[in-house]
Amino acid sequence: MKLTRRSFIKTNAIAATAAAAGITIPGINNAIAKTSSKQIRWDKAPCRFCGTGCSVLVGTKNGRVIATQGDPDSPVNRGLNCIKGYFLSKIMYGKDRLTTPLLRMKNGEYHKEGEFTAISWDKAFDVMADKFKQTIKEKGPTAVGMFGSGQWTVWEGYAASKLFKAGFRSNNLDPNARHCMASAVGAFMRGFGADEPMGCYDDLEHADVFVLWGANMAEMHPILWSRLSDTRLTKEGCEVHVLSTYKHRCFDLADNGMVFTPQTDLAIANYIANYIIQTKSYNKEFVNKHTNFKKTPTDIGYGLRPEHPLEKAKTGSGGKLSGISFEEYKKSIEEYTLEHASKISGVPEKNLLALAKVYADPNKKVTSYWTMGFNQHTRGVWVNGLVYNIHLLMGKISEPGNSPFSLTGQPSACGTAREVGTFSHRLPADLVVKKKAHRDFSEKVWQLPEGTIPPKPGYHAVLQNRMLKDGKLNAYWVMCNNNMQAAANMNEETLPGYRNPDNFIVVSDPYPTVTAEAADLILPTAMWTEKEGAYGNAERRTQFWRQQVSAPGESKSDLWQLVEFSKRFKLEEVWPKELIAKKPEYKGKTLFDVLFANGQVNKYPKQKITDDKGNVYQNDEMEHFGFYLQKGLFEEYRRFGIEGPKKGHDLGEFDTYHQVRGLRWPVVNGKETLWRYREGFDPFVKKGNDVQFYGFKDGRANIITAPYEAAAESPDKEYDLWLSTGRVLEHWHSGTMTRRVPELYRAFPDAVMFIHPNDAKKRGLRRGMVAKVASRRGDIELRVETRGRNRPPEGLIFVPWFDAGRLINKLTLDATDPLSKETDYKKCAVKVMKA
Amino acid sequence: MVSLQINTTRRRFLTETARTVCGVSLFGLGLGFYTQKAFSLPPTSLRPPGALSEKEFQAACIRCGLCVRGCPYDILKLADIIDQAATGTPYFNARHAPCEMCEDIPCLLACPTNALNKSLTTIDDARMGLAVLIDHETCLNYLGLRCDVCHRVCPLINEAITLEPQHNVRSGKHASFIPVVHSDKCTGCGKCEHSCVLETAAIKVLPAHLAKGEIGHHYRLGWQEKAKAGESLVSPDASHEYNLPEGLKYEHSGKGLIKN
Repeated sequence: MKLTRRSFIKTNAIAATAAAAGITIPGINNAIAKTSSKQIRWDKAPCRFCGTGCSVLVGTKNGRVIATQGDPDSPVNRGLNCIKGYFLSKIMYGKDRLTTPLLRMKNGEYHKEGEFTAISWDKAFDVMADKFKQTIKEKGPTAVGMFGSGQWTVWEGYAASKLFKAGFRSNNLDPNARHCMASAVGAFMRGFGADEPMGCYDDLEHADVFVLWGANMAEMHPILWSRLSDTRLTKEGCEVHVLSTYKHRCFDLADNGMVFTPQTDLAIANYIANYIIQTKSYNKEFVNKHTNFKKTPTDIGYGLRPEHPLEKAKTGSGGKLSGISFEEYKKSIEEYTLEHASKISGVPEKNLLALAKVYADPNKKVTSYWTMGFNQHTRGVWVNGLVYNIHLLMGKISEPGNSPFSLTGQPSACGTAREVGTFSHRLPADLVVKKKAHRDFSEKVWQLPEGTIPPKPGYHAVLQNRMLKDGKLNAYWVMCNNNMQAAANMNEETLPGYRNPDNFIVVSDPYPTVTAEAADLILPTAMWTEKEGAYGNAERRTQFWRQQVSAPGESKSDLWQLVEFSKRFKLEEVWPKELIAKKPEYKGKTLFDVLFANGQVNKYPKQKITDDKGNVYQNDEMEHFGFYLQKGLFEEYRRFGIEGPKKGHDLGEFDTYHQVRGLRWPVVNGKETLWRYREGFDPFVKKGNDVQFYGFKDGRANIITAPYEAAAESPDKEYDLWLSTGRVLEHWHSGTMTRRVPELYRAFPDAVMFIHPNDAKKRGLRRGMVAKVASRRGDIELRVETRGRNRPPEGLIFVPWFDAGRLINKLTLDATDPLSKETDYKKCAVKVMKA
Repeated sequence: MVSLQINTTRRRFLTETARTVCGVSLFGLGLGFYTQKAFSLPPTSLRPPGALSEKEFQAACIRCGLCVRGCPYDILKLADIIDQAATGTPYFNARHAPCEMCEDIPCLLACPTNALNKSLTTIDDARMGLAVLIDHETCLNYLGLRCDVCHRVCPLINEAITLEPQHNVRSGKHASFIPVVHSDKCTGCGKCEHSCVLETAAIKVLPAHLAKGEIGHHYRLGWQEKAKAGESLVSPDASHEYNLPEGLKYEHSGKGLIKN
């Protein structure tokens, strides 16, 4: 190239111009930013993760969620998020999203040992319907089942409940919330005759004292923790008491941190009640007017298989309550003195006394929080109840700041799993299958012949796995959860059932999870804002969102899958003749016709979905089925709360929820309820009653005595350490979503074993070394962590369960609370050695 | 036949001489930069635990690579000519992969020259650098979000990094947890920088001389001096008394006016 003087000058001039133009680039950038932000459509949605129920604004552009922001107008989080919520926009875009149904096939046909092969939805449902029909024909409805989710949207849970309990006439429907909330539910029903907390998150600002019983809020409910912390910082005299079996991040804020020996929370709670009675601090008027005293059968076993020695050795069973007097109650807890409680729990007397005193002080408002430490407990229902006892004795309940509050782990454990009744013994709005009146009411709403819903509770979560293994449950659908990574004793109980040649296992998931890989058919699933949804959080707040984007490939929402699958069944194939004879007009119809095209669910025609700014939203289910499916399901479901035999479950109208940042039920005449059972706050409390626990006919709550009983498996000479499992802030549950966010993966890549440095040293282990941890059921290898966020005492290790590469559920014991059937993931015996 | 023709014109002589001069001076310039680089460690390159001061380290390090081989996590690298650290010397980049703080410090044990000083026996005493929360504007915890990943990954959690809860005035009902690094404990391992979830880390490990301020020698912090002495340096006041209406108390060094 020849560079003449002229051309040199010319080029330089251009360069200079470009450089000069460069200076104005910020201005240009601003102009660009303004136009492109106009193209981002912002709409609200609850966070996909925990039960806190933070609201976020979802930014969509060109059919993709490209950003989120904390919703500044949300009363829960006021624009804030935890680090998981911060990365919400990335969870749907993992590189290995499933986009087509995959069936295990050999030579072009389904084969249990075949390779996963891409097939069409039509073929997938053909094979699946064939297996379900064959199973029902040969073995009856108890051989089909489903494992659902507290992450289902409200209408997905409702549709599943209808499809299984009414359609297939099988109560073998249970949610993963069984692993999570069942003990809390059990205690609510026994104590108050109605599920879910009486208080709300406003207690976080109104309480003087917070007591955490087996809840690591600092990591598991990060935004609620920052509210609690703020009250501790800004309110004079505010105290925080923390009870746990190991030190975690809540201890940073604790005025009174207590590490207790696993299972002895039963003794500590009884000691506090005993202290209240011995010092005559209890609220006599409240106790006389609003409570009954009861006792529960003891020595009730550990929910293991019947042939297990522990089950053979038990002398009691069940949870049938019998009335006792105050004096009898007093006597029943007399043995729980300060000395005894301190000795058994290992907590110094002065700490226990300080805790007892704040509960007993009539001038201090106390809010108690608990999560999995209480619920995943072989005496979970009992221990939940023992804390209610304390609050009831003091009358510290159902008013601002005085709240026993059971926190939830899943975004819709309350809204879906509990309220919609996806448990094997429940129906919507606190109804249960074993009560004829409740079945009758459900059948009336659903326009079904009498006797459609079977009266016997179905297989619960743990029992489902045992029945799969034993070959009694043969056609099984797992949706919106990762139970192969969650269920305890995976090697001996879960995997053998999934791979049992007699069984056909279907897993619906957006990602190839451990569970999906163990299935025979995988259905690719739309997630979060790829569908219209509703969640209910821990404070009874129901929140809606619109569909923002399309799901990738052939993915379909759980709702689409459930409703579309129902088209495959003629009533004659699933119901006995006598039942159809009661409703001859149903002859020849499909389950879809009877359950979903029933004039109620399909009542609302296709419509344009818009927000107040005129943005238009898609609704793939409405498009496919030809009617507003979500609205129809919700409005039918609402009837259970408004007309049903259990009062106080009223929800607002469907359309309202799309306009508000959630409403806390019962919603009566458009008004939310903040504190239940208290006159003035709760419209169901009769005037002049002050407090009325209307879940029971006499309006009284139950104070139920229950003793300390040992854990199912405690450390011994060989397996000399306790194993507790749980979560970390960075990852949610089994990590299916959060481990696909690179930043969160980097922040906590692999599960480690938190162990006391002395315990490590004794075994010749140093921090960072790979060690083997083994229980009687299995072993895995993990790196040793003697530092960091969790500091177990000597004799206990903590391992998080988010890591699909290190499945701690190979080790955990499938012992459950015999009342709630919830697994105890916090206690089993292990040994640790060099790998 | 090759005939060597020496036919140097004046023009050609001048051009070639000028070229040579330019070439040599460019090379010199490059050499100068290189030498300069060799004596200063760039802020993003951290030395292994126990490294002597940079100048002494470079004198003592024989570029043998044994420390790199000793690192069980494969985190240490030997700088090559394009790296910013002096060629052949060991370094690590915290954002890429941080020091795992092995209890037995194998890299240091492998050093044959004491460039990694064997007087360091406890990894907690290592000072590879100092973490600094550089950008308060993008740090999620400063913004009130609940990230605190840097705190939880810190091997010296609650010592090297603490969270200081503060009332979030904007939200009115949440606390912000402000990460604070404590230089007397921070080893500069870089776990915090590595795991910072931002696109660019808001917390970074820097050489101590870049990271640390120094308080004026003319000044003392009164509360620290009092704590050190265990008592007031000047005897506290005699008890104060106040004219007060019924039902009120006054605490001199406590809460001030108190309603009974």
